Amino acid sequence: MAWTNKVMRVNLTEGKITEEPLNMEWAQQYLGQRGLATKYLVEEVDPTCDALGPDNKFIVTTGPLTGTMASTGGRYSVVTKSPLTGTVACSNSGGYFGAELKAAGWDMIIFEGKSPKPVYLYVHDDSVQLMDAGDIWGKSVWEADEILHKKHQDALIKIALVGRSAENGCLYSAVVNDLHRAAGRSGVGTVMASKNLKAVVARGTKGVGNIKDPMRFLQATEEGKRVLRENAVTGEGLPKYGTQVLMNVINESGAMPTRNMRETQFEGAHKISGEAMHEPRASDGQPNLTTNAACFGCTIACGRISTVDQGHFTIKNKPEYWKASGGLEYEAAWSLGSDNGVDDLDAITYANFVCNEDGIDPISFGATVAAAMELYEMGVITNEHTGGMAYNFGSAEALVHGVEMVAAGEGFGRDLALGSRRMCEKYGHPELSMTVKSQEFPAYDPRGIQGMGLAYATSNRGACHLRGYTVASEILGIPEKTDPLATEGKAELVKAFQDATAAFDSSGLCVFTSFAWTLDDVAPQLDAACEGGWTTEKLVELGERIWNMEREFNRLAGVTGKDDTLPKRLLEEAANAGPAQGKVNELGKMLPEYYKIRGWTADGVVTDETKQRLGL
Amino acid sequence: MKITLKLFATLGDLLPAESRENATVVEVPDDATPNQVIDMFKVPRPMAHLVLINGGYVAPERREQPVLAENDVLAIWPPVAGG
Repeated sequence: MAWTNKVMRVNLTEGKITEEPLNMEWAQQYLGQRGLATKYLVEEVDPTCDALGPDNKFIVTTGPLTGTMASTGGRYSVVTKSPLTGTVACSNSGGYFGAELKAAGWDMIIFEGKSPKPVYLYVHDDSVQLMDAGDIWGKSVWEADEILHKKHQDALIKIALVGRSAENGCLYSAVVNDLHRAAGRSGVGTVMASKNLKAVVARGTKGVGNIKDPMRFLQATEEGKRVLRENAVTGEGLPKYGTQVLMNVINESGAMPTRNMRETQFEGAHKISGEAMHEPRASDGQPNLTTNAACFGCTIACGRISTVDQGHFTIKNKPEYWKASGGLEYEAAWSLGSDNGVDDLDAITYANFVCNEDGIDPISFGATVAAAMELYEMGVITNEHTGGMAYNFGSAEALVHGVEMVAAGEGFGRDLALGSRRMCEKYGHPELSMTVKSQEFPAYDPRGIQGMGLAYATSNRGACHLRGYTVASEILGIPEKTDPLATEGKAELVKAFQDATAAFDSSGLCVFTSFAWTLDDVAPQLDAACEGGWTTEKLVELGERIWNMEREFNRLAGVTGKDDTLPKRLLEEAANAGPAQGKVNELGKMLPEYYKIRGWTADGVVTDETKQRLGL
Repeated sequence: MKITLKLFATLGDLLPAESRENATVVEVPDDATPNQVIDMFKVPRPMAHLVLINGGYVAPERREQPVLAENDVLAIWPPVAGG
């Protein structure tokens, strides 16, 4: 089996580490990673607990295919209760840390309680210990990573850690690994820091050697790689342009959230697009994009590595930012760019560097700045609040000011660190927060992509594209094209994407494979690696089970059907441009049907019958 | 009539060298179809995956019809995705 069958439990309050076997009965029902760790969470954590208190738990988890030869098999997730949304939080990351942890022989680490002083966990195969983090507390991700590498004199250790933003209580702080990959959403880094846990350092020499049927696994993974290689999206488009290829697609389609979602097309979109990242800059003749990059075991390599012009105002006289580093993904380019009306590619790249450097979710940060800019232009937020910086839409200087303030936890950064919902409430305008369940929207306007409105409203972790990416069908024609402006059939489409994504997220594989693979491609790989007869049907049911389990946790936490909604702006103010001009999101037409096909009550409560059917 | 043609991602190389921001203005017959423009610029038909006129999707069966009008924006992508 591809599970290691080992869970590490770390009681931070007592400084005690114990080992226990993985619950294999649950593994058959929830597989691994998102599903299985959430099962542990719902069994062990009171949903009403304070997300930043010692009763919350913080779970770092791999999937059964993490660390194997399966393409993209390097994923890990962080599962906890979110301080941003009050819902279940599950944030997924690539890079190399997850595979290293698995190679050290661990499926999962469950952190409990709160350490009396800053610590980090050092894992070298079976040798595990909590170590003093006094010298790295208060340091950025990048500084602490370097210190830890020097301290352990081991270039091969992989580290997941939090930056200063998390220590300062920013509610959307990320856990960053390998310098610029992140479990980014829902404030999972804030929970980690609340436990005085700075880092998890992993070094694994065991590999994943207990595959059920190695020859069949080799064949299944080779076949999967062939499909990815021969697919135009995963074999060509993503390696060359990354996710940033979407900037022009979404803008041309009139679904580009612009200036805090007041508008649906951005006139500067091309300047910050994937295509523009390839073009030589006028200033120094070099392109923004330096190279692409792959996570562990990945044969797609969509990652962006970028370099900012050394003469650009953001990094002039700051040589620490002159080298190539993690570049823009589409979501970050949108939130830092279009949503703020900023079309300066190097400025948003720098802002993205700082998000990586200090562990800030760029989606939530950028969307919060957008709300601040709208409030500033209304005269509600003033120079007195911002420390003298004019927060007009289009100001790259304000964007840079904001990210540096949030990273340091200073000045106006303390307001921005609240997230959009709490900041807008503080300034008396909650209606200007573009959030669902207090989490900021990603980069698709639901007036121009109707199904995404339903996906956002019903997402178990607040507004998110990675819980049900119907953009693939509604805009991109994958696997089949549907009309983005229609509401008919979207309830079924959203449910299908949500359930399938939950299965992908529980496997150890990257959800980007789903642009070429379906669960029919995943099932043979899982079945060759793991006991249990893993078929497509079993994975679909597993996904639905996970979705309903998360939903129940949220209900018990007080987040219910009444929260399955969108901001007024998207329900009442029509799109101003593009094919959706004149349209709002028609959530009311889709939601009742969605509840029905989910097997929930008219109020959105999971029925006993549905629970029974899914074995919950 | 004049239309604006936009070719994105790997199709961008098929545009004239003087094109800016993946766009060029082209003169086409009044009854031109999207597929005629696609062929004119040597875009392999299977790579014309996503075809939009003024942001609206043009299904494959409509690409043989004279659905273009003066000043339309015809934008084309190969299969792409992200997120």
